Amino acid sequence: MTDMVETLIYQRPESLQMVHTHYCPGCTHGVAHRLIAEVLDEMDLRRITIGVAPVGCSVFAYNYFNLDFAEAAHGRAPAMATGLKRVSPDRIVFTYQGDGDLASIGAAEILHVAGRGENITVIFINNAIYGMTGGQMAPTTLPGQRTTSTPLGRDVEVHGMPLKMCEVLSQLDGSAYVVRRSLHDVPNIRRAKKAIRAAFEVQQKGLGFSMVELLSSCPTNWGLPPQEALGWIKDHMLPAFPLGDYKIHPALSADEG
Amino acid sequence: MTLELLEGNTAFAEAAVRAGCEAYFGYPITPQTEALEHMARRMPELGRVFLQAESEVAAINMVYGAACAGVRVMTSSSSPGVSLMMEGLSYIAGSEVPVVLVDVMRGGPGLGNIAPSQGDYNQMVKGGGHGDYRPIVLAPATVQELIDMTCEAFDLAEKYRCITVVLTDGNLGQMMEPAELPPMRAVRSRADRPAWALTGADGRRPNVISSIYIDPVDEEAFNRKLMAKQAEIEANEVRFREFMLDDADVAIVAFGTAGRIAQSAIRAARDEGIRVGLLRPVSLYPYPYARVAELAKQVLAILVVEMNGGQMVDDVRLAVQGRVPVEFYGRMGGVTPLPDEILDQIRRLHALGGGEGAR
Repeated sequence: MTDMVETLIYQRPESLQMVHTHYCPGCTHGVAHRLIAEVLDEMDLRRITIGVAPVGCSVFAYNYFNLDFAEAAHGRAPAMATGLKRVSPDRIVFTYQGDGDLASIGAAEILHVAGRGENITVIFINNAIYGMTGGQMAPTTLPGQRTTSTPLGRDVEVHGMPLKMCEVLSQLDGSAYVVRRSLHDVPNIRRAKKAIRAAFEVQQKGLGFSMVELLSSCPTNWGLPPQEALGWIKDHMLPAFPLGDYKIHPALSADEG
Repeated sequence: MTLELLEGNTAFAEAAVRAGCEAYFGYPITPQTEALEHMARRMPELGRVFLQAESEVAAINMVYGAACAGVRVMTSSSSPGVSLMMEGLSYIAGSEVPVVLVDVMRGGPGLGNIAPSQGDYNQMVKGGGHGDYRPIVLAPATVQELIDMTCEAFDLAEKYRCITVVLTDGNLGQMMEPAELPPMRAVRSRADRPAWALTGADGRRPNVISSIYIDPVDEEAFNRKLMAKQAEIEANEVRFREFMLDDADVAIVAFGTAGRIAQSAIRAARDEGIRVGLLRPVSLYPYPYARVAELAKQVLAILVVEMNGGQMVDDVRLAVQGRVPVEFYGRMGGVTPLPDEILDQIRRLHALGGGEGAR
């Protein structure tokens, strides 16, 4: 005789809406969204959190999160988040930005939000390409990487070298927590979630600017099947964008992340 | 009534404080920097938000963010800085959040100079940023009006959930004259933030503030909503002032500083027996087209005076529809006209119009 006991082991986080996303098959935006939502649920922050969506593939993030959300102009999410946070210091405010949004058109805004030690959290999706506009060069595109605007591969003599934002932003005194993680396999996804949690904890404690960079895939614009795209992160992006903790505020316990 | 000797820039900043402004974000630019400096001192001492942004681009987006949280928020700047804000202003218009901007215009184009100008009439009154929208634009001619209109701007912005601009120039920003500040209004409590504001989805569906309507049919519907709101604004919020118009057969139409200078010229012309008066549009959007059209039935000629190459004159001509000659006199590049220059123009028009009996 067996008792039929139903054990719930997996469900949609309350911080996500019950909707389909527009993301391409194999894209890691969905993973990143879910990690944020799980963390907000686990920390019981959903009801006091305000998100700021970027311009880029995740422009519609506000449709997928079950949170108050603002939609910023391209690159301006950190400034908008600053305005929100300054008048609502007891709310949790985060931006979700891609590499074009954060490292190109919004380079000034991200630099100064970190410099001010603005008490917000930034989730930075780096997939080394512009997704929404159809696969043009990003500031994080690798040397030699083919895109629709570098059809022969990124020529560093012409376009220079990729920008490494964790390395840049971690130099600023206002940064409290700046780390790079990857979404290319399960162990790394677990580490990414821990980092996202740590970043929100930094904000809760009022320690300053927190950013988690997530190396992500773009199978569609890389021209690779989803599985190979994950391998491409491992083989090509990891050497260029080393994972690690670039800035950890001393007030954080040593075992996080 | 307690009159104080007040400088325009600090006066409008203090007026905003007293109107319950909870947050100010800005970037230094002459000739309005005294406003930012006043806010830098006043806002923190009242427990409110002041932040010097890294650029006008960031400043307007900070304003946008704070406005989404449902607080009274403003910025101020001058011409080149306002050009940088145009992206943000378009998004704000597309999101229907209330924002107040004081634009203390200076000479242009480009870096231009720091002298007073009205060269940004078209930029501000016709929208400025991309897309179909119009901010409410108020044009003060005295420090007192600058104070009063800054206070009113917050109420209008909230009433219509739109941008309200106080469009002035370096003359008023830098000028000191006697004026009275309003009493201190209480800041709105946290609980009184509007229902649409982003405060965290606690016990309600999430609020989303966005300017995206990806389906053109939806975007058109939203545009129609903005147009309907503009029609309401056009019906309710037209403002203008008149001076010695009752028996005038020449009318000057001029706004802000130019209107104030024209008033001196009109007094001198009246001493010479010339029947001239002034229509000073106060709301530049909505524009007092109907009053200008009415005026065209009364006077023999209209002289438009502006501190630019001729921008508002287009709106006067739209209203007049060719019924009477519309002449233009402007000084550009940061030059403020003297009353005598305008008086010469009045005399010229009077002579052309034939004076008595020409009607």
